[in-house]
Amino acid sequence: MEKTGTWKVKTGLAQMLKGGVIMDIINAEQAKIAQEAGACAVMALERVPSDIRAAGGVARMADLSIIEDIMKAVSIPVMAKCRIGHFVEAQALEATGVDYIDESEVLTPADESNHVWKHDFKVPFVCGCRNLGEALRRIDEGAAMIRTKGEAGTGNIVEAVRHIRAVMSSIQKLVNARQDELMALAKEMGAPMELVETIHQTGKLPVVNFAAGGVATPADAALMMQLGAEGVFVGSGIFKSNNPAVMAKTIVRATTHYQDPKIVAEVSKGLGGAMRGLDIKKIPVDELLATRGW
Amino acid sequence: MRIGVLAAQGAFVEHIDHLHHLGVEAFPVRLLQELKGIDGLIIPGGESTTISRLMVEYSLTSEIKKLGEQGLPIFGTCAGMILLASEITGGNNLTDKPGTRLDLMDIRVKRNAFGRQRESFETELTIPVLGKKTFPGIFIRAPLIEQVKSGEILARLDNGTIVAAQQGRLLVSAFHPELTDDPRFHHYFLDIAGGHN
Repeated sequence: MEKTGTWKVKTGLAQMLKGGVIMDIINAEQAKIAQEAGACAVMALERVPSDIRAAGGVARMADLSIIEDIMKAVSIPVMAKCRIGHFVEAQALEATGVDYIDESEVLTPADESNHVWKHDFKVPFVCGCRNLGEALRRIDEGAAMIRTKGEAGTGNIVEAVRHIRAVMSSIQKLVNARQDELMALAKEMGAPMELVETIHQTGKLPVVNFAAGGVATPADAALMMQLGAEGVFVGSGIFKSNNPAVMAKTIVRATTHYQDPKIVAEVSKGLGGAMRGLDIKKIPVDELLATRGW
Repeated sequence: MRIGVLAAQGAFVEHIDHLHHLGVEAFPVRLLQELKGIDGLIIPGGESTTISRLMVEYSLTSEIKKLGEQGLPIFGTCAGMILLASEITGGNNLTDKPGTRLDLMDIRVKRNAFGRQRESFETELTIPVLGKKTFPGIFIRAPLIEQVKSGEILARLDNGTIVAAQQGRLLVSAFHPELTDDPRFHHYFLDIAGGHN
């Protein structure tokens, strides 16, 4: 008896993506460049985050005909974003056949209270988090993969560092805690007790965790890996750089060889200019993306 | 016994954990010099295009091919099976070009053969070489084997589809033994590797 949509195959695909780079792309042509460079998956969007930031207005799920074109163009997995809480966009993406759905703060939230109940779907979901509590709430709702949020579309790694450090240090805190302290810690982080106990025992998240939001260079990618990410999402960092094919390829190499400074140094030469970055402190508070969702 | 696990990209940690549980020295292989003195190599699941790219760029493809031809035991799961195969169908990308794969095993493999992620599935498999108890088959955007031109078929789905095969010291599975708690497939590979030298 063949069973589809099980927790094992949902989390399993994320395990196959580990050590890899997932690249934001907006059309079939970019998807092919990403695949050729060694991306382990692509994220189909209507606009990359820095353009969403610049355009303002409401950002929604991408046009499904573009997503279909991209699925035809490459053999690697194709992911796509739905708005936070917009379970009908998620249903449409599932019906289209995307391989993973990102319930993403990069799009304008559709529900300020509730996220999608992801257990209802056969297609797996990845969700963003800023800390361990947020990660565990999303996993409890059915996210089969987690990514730290960072601040998308900025080319500035500072928020991504903050978020991966927060997650990793909270995991250590749970590991070192006594059993009688776990309930208080669960309450403090607003996380389900069962998952808090799992982390206390295993010392790691029950699903794969990537880093996202601000990766713009090979060194940024290796930094996230050394801090404990199991792979990276690169949004605007590739197709807003001066030479996307080269940037894509070198970020892939740096992600594999993140522990090898010689290789990271080698691939950091002659990149031709990373995307122009933004100072997070100069972004108006109501334009920050990471604070969307809870 | 020292087993290397190709760690360009994919689920290599899971294979290393399995081997450690079986009491074997296992370590990641990313560079040429790490292939020295190994008794066996596992090529894990992941994205075959990505793995192939990184193997070619760091000169691993030609060296692993040479070692395989000299009799090094190699076990490829999912993407690893695609890289070992002599012929690929289904989907067009760079791993179809000559020199981008190992091309060691005389099998024809179809990539993403069951469809997209929503068609990924679990099923119980009968694998005679592992004994009577069924083996948990986890198929994720999996390939299948269309033809085994030489060597033997180790497992089929109920509908006859070939999902595991062996040719001498080369072993392949379309599914992921490393995602299960069942060590029998890894044990079977270690038996092959143990007979080496």
